[in-house]
Amino acid sequence: MEDIIISVAQRTLIAGTPLLLGTIGEVICERSGILNLGVEGVMAVGAVTAFIVTFYTNSPWLGLYAAVLAGMTISLVHAFASITLQSNQVVSGLALTMLGLGISGLVGKPYVGKPLEVKMHAFPIPVLADIPFAGPIFFNQSPFFYMAILLAVAAWFTLEYTRIGIKIRSTGENPMATEAQGVHVSLIRYACVLAGGAFSGMAGAHLSVSYSKSWIEGMTAGRGWIVIALTIFALWNPLRAMIGAFLFGGIFVLQYLLQPLGISPNFLAMLPYVATLMVLLIIGLGDRRKLNAPAMLAEPYKRGER
Amino acid sequence: MKKIEHLEMVDISKSFHGILANDRVCLSIRSGEILGLLGENGAGKTTLMNILYGLYQPDAGEIRINGRTVNIRSPLESIQLGIGMVHQHFMLIQNHSALENIALGYKQTPLFFPQKQINESILRFSEKFNFAVDPHKKIWQLSAGEQQRIEIIKALFNGADLLILDEPTSVLTPQEIKDLFAILKKMTSEGHLVILISHKLDEIMALCDRVTVLSKGRVVGHAETNDVDKKRLARMMVGRDVIFNIEKEEMPRDKEVLTVEHLSVTGDKGYAMVRDISFRVYQNEIFGIAGVSGNGQRELVEAITGLRKSDAGTIRINGKDITNASPRTVYDRGISHVPEERIKFGIAPGLFLYENAILKQHHLHKYSRHKFMAAKKIKKHASRLVTAFQVMTPSIQVQTKNLSGGNIQKLILGREISESPALLVASHPTYGLDVGATEYLRKQLLRRRSAGGAVLLVSEDLEEIFELCDRIAVIFQGEFMGILDAHDSRLADIGMMMAGSTRLDSRC
Amino acid sequence: MLRIKVTDRIRVTPKISLLTLLISLMAGMVTIGLIFLISGVSPVFAFYKIFSGSFGSLYGIKETITKAIPLILIGGGLAIAFRAKFWNIGAESQLLMGAIFGTWVGLSWGSALPAYVIVPLMFLAGFVGGALWGVIPAILKIKYAINEVISTLMMNYICAEFMTFLIVGPWKGKSKFGFPYTDDLPDSAILGLIPGSRIHYVTLLLAIVSAILLAIIIYKTRFGYEVRVIGENPEAGRYAGINFFRTTLIIMAISGGVAGLAGVGEAAGIHHYLSYPASISSGYGYTAIIVAWLAKLNPIYVIVSGLFFAGILVGGDAIQISLGLPAATVEIFNGTLLVFLIMGDFFLKHKVSIAGSRATS
Repeated sequence: MEDIIISVAQRTLIAGTPLLLGTIGEVICERSGILNLGVEGVMAVGAVTAFIVTFYTNSPWLGLYAAVLAGMTISLVHAFASITLQSNQVVSGLALTMLGLGISGLVGKPYVGKPLEVKMHAFPIPVLADIPFAGPIFFNQSPFFYMAILLAVAAWFTLEYTRIGIKIRSTGENPMATEAQGVHVSLIRYACVLAGGAFSGMAGAHLSVSYSKSWIEGMTAGRGWIVIALTIFALWNPLRAMIGAFLFGGIFVLQYLLQPLGISPNFLAMLPYVATLMVLLIIGLGDRRKLNAPAMLAEPYKRGER
Repeated sequence: MKKIEHLEMVDISKSFHGILANDRVCLSIRSGEILGLLGENGAGKTTLMNILYGLYQPDAGEIRINGRTVNIRSPLESIQLGIGMVHQHFMLIQNHSALENIALGYKQTPLFFPQKQINESILRFSEKFNFAVDPHKKIWQLSAGEQQRIEIIKALFNGADLLILDEPTSVLTPQEIKDLFAILKKMTSEGHLVILISHKLDEIMALCDRVTVLSKGRVVGHAETNDVDKKRLARMMVGRDVIFNIEKEEMPRDKEVLTVEHLSVTGDKGYAMVRDISFRVYQNEIFGIAGVSGNGQRELVEAITGLRKSDAGTIRINGKDITNASPRTVYDRGISHVPEERIKFGIAPGLFLYENAILKQHHLHKYSRHKFMAAKKIKKHASRLVTAFQVMTPSIQVQTKNLSGGNIQKLILGREISESPALLVASHPTYGLDVGATEYLRKQLLRRRSAGGAVLLVSEDLEEIFELCDRIAVIFQGEFMGILDAHDSRLADIGMMMAGSTRLDSRC
Repeated sequence: MLRIKVTDRIRVTPKISLLTLLISLMAGMVTIGLIFLISGVSPVFAFYKIFSGSFGSLYGIKETITKAIPLILIGGGLAIAFRAKFWNIGAESQLLMGAIFGTWVGLSWGSALPAYVIVPLMFLAGFVGGALWGVIPAILKIKYAINEVISTLMMNYICAEFMTFLIVGPWKGKSKFGFPYTDDLPDSAILGLIPGSRIHYVTLLLAIVSAILLAIIIYKTRFGYEVRVIGENPEAGRYAGINFFRTTLIIMAISGGVAGLAGVGEAAGIHHYLSYPASISSGYGYTAIIVAWLAKLNPIYVIVSGLFFAGILVGGDAIQISLGLPAATVEIFNGTLLVFLIMGDFFLKHKVSIAGSRATS
């Protein structure tokens, strides 16, 4: 029994890791006012890049770095369209998803069915990994997990307690007032979109070099869309994103385990999406200000004359 | 040592879309001075200051600080030079705290835990200048006066020697105004410079050492406030001597069309913009509301036309109560509206001309029978409108946004007049139009008057008001300073009324 | 110093519009070719295969028409929703809901009723299903200010899970050996095909009729007029006395409803039973977004752009077989063309010129 709980908990954390990574990025991006619906595509690009680089270099860390770079590069398209061209961010994001899925599928085709020789193994933290019960769950995880946790805390800290965080948040709330204070709104937004791309790329890398060690088309399996829901569910807060990511991750792990108990796995799988809607509903009924949504999310900002 | 001892703007010119907003404007201010910038709306005050602050670039002219010419290309540069601006519409992030708003632009904000450090600095500042501010409260929780103080602190933190305040007292209570004055006096005693943009004579006289008066983009005078009297300033601001220029036929005025009683309306910012206004408009008359923009005219018009809920009072058209009715009901009862911002409210820009020709009337039986639009009838109607109102357009099939401003306005006016409404509400109808279009529109309003209609005209253009109106009300801070007959000689003081200095007995 | 000057473009003639469209498409094609080249595929060969696969043979044309049916139906519905600035990303699940409702009717009564009764009933049920699913996000937006992009997206996933639940649970086919499929629809419920093809002509007819009807509604009726005003300028809509709530509800009912019709078409015309959501909806709900966008939100043009994108889909299948490329290659087409369309839109609205430096003195 204890083994089952440990196993489920471990797998929950593993399942939640890419979700958390992606969400951190999307939170940063949306906080600066840009809605990026292309997460699914960027994740796919990250996954295939990490895979291919690891395939040839046998270094999953190089694969990770490459994935981050690739994620940032392809996000540039969305950044350019949304910020410089001020186009409709919904459509631009969808285009990014399609591009990302398509390119990754095309580029990755030759590698389908060829597993990696090395992958990112779990790294037990000395001493802590020996703690009974908690040890194997929390401290014997892939480096991706540790990074995700650290990055989530770092992102939260940056947004709330640093100067750059204030700038980012102000850009999303009121770009005109921010510009009037001498802050370069476009630059900040570009940086945040690219940061989002970096995180999504990293999330994808996790899938292909840590979670598994292969590449298949459609690997991301809708995780990118869950990230978008998670961003809202977490109310744009990276710490809450941690809870949300592992909650949602847990649902997918438990889905089929609870089936013998008569709980339909499909209704469980619906929960993250229903929960997100519920959160929006409840907040929408109450004081909308507590929603914490960046006030000018997805509104194009034209610099210069009013 | 202050960064700015002496600042000059020399021959500054700026135009937008062919309209000259600033025409060779000169201005000068020294350390320790409070300079007033007086003028009506559209006089060019805000444009001039936006140029100084780096939000706009001048077409011609220079800015000199301490004798040296400077090139201000963005707010970042003006801040560096020591210029700070408190805008009329506060540039604050509503959801953030005062701390975070100030930290945003402050050069010495520490990278980490900025809130803590700034907190101490703010408290020190407030003590020095003697105003209280809670840095942790969110902006939306603060009163207008408190928000303004944050804006001032923001500017000071950024190292502003020169502080520009754009219509600062429009949102303050009398006590807050007193407090603001005290702060400004203290600042100038420390060597700061202040430019105060205002259309309120009393303020300018009370607070400023010198005043520069702008009218229609040009400087019409400089004065020391000790040497000049209010009347002269008012006349400079308004730009003309009041000429009684009525060549209208006398018309019988016995049927009451619009009755407004004790109307109070709250504005977007949450406080009352219209305070207990009562008046009547009669058939065959043009009733004008004069006043500087932002004194409640917009909210008054929106309440009458059904676009905004009122808090108290009643509105009746031909005896029928339409208080808080929907825009459609108001229209059906006989009130037409030529809106203030014609592109924003008056048309759907991407639709064709003939489609906009019936924007308000599309629900009428003759234009949409059995759910279908009677295209032929609509097009015929549009053609008639275009001819009758001289709308210059290659065809009725063009996209409305491709028309010039004047032609769009003629279309809207024609549309609103076409159903012979009992009351036509026209809000700044000739704003931004060329001479020809302006003259044409004014003639149409007069025609409406003789044809048995009633017109409620809101305008900042005094020439227009005097030319067209039978009776004139002057609005200031949500109240009527006076309702006068067009023949009334007291209208010579209209500048004073618009600037809030005089209140006259009204004739409702 | 050179500066790039961007000003608003005042006049947009149909000529500029068409030119921009063609240039965007061409630029997109060139970029796609480049992507192919970098990935080691000959672009010329790839394009040839795609277009000959979809339009070069009779079989190809028939397949293209088959795939165009749902795209035209959904594309039309999205065109009118987008005109009201209601970003309906949920067409994928509105289709599925239609398929579910339609299949329920078909399975329940199909064996007892003749075709000319059951088929209209199925389509009716499908329309209702899609409409209901489309109206929910509309209510959420109006009553609770929930952004429709998020809500329709969430509804896509909720519906997909619900459908999976149905096919592995209460609706699992008794004749399907434990596979997650429903039973086959009874014969009378299966849509007839044009012989020698997979074109279910009833739905094809519905698609054409729907495109024409939607165009009439949008351009000729008072309701369509109000929708266009709201989409153009919501403030002008309020000024004109238009009822936002009612208009949004009706638009989404129609938009969801036609997607539902497409769902019935797919279920009763192509598959004949329900299986996993993705295989029934095949991403049509998302592709239709680009179909509508390319058609400049005109339901009649949707017929053309629907055929065009159907051709790309069919070509994608062809290229998958002949060149061994993954099916997702089609997404590259969709994504790239969309990106260039967006860029083209920018040039439609703005004039870009390069100005020399200005002395500010």
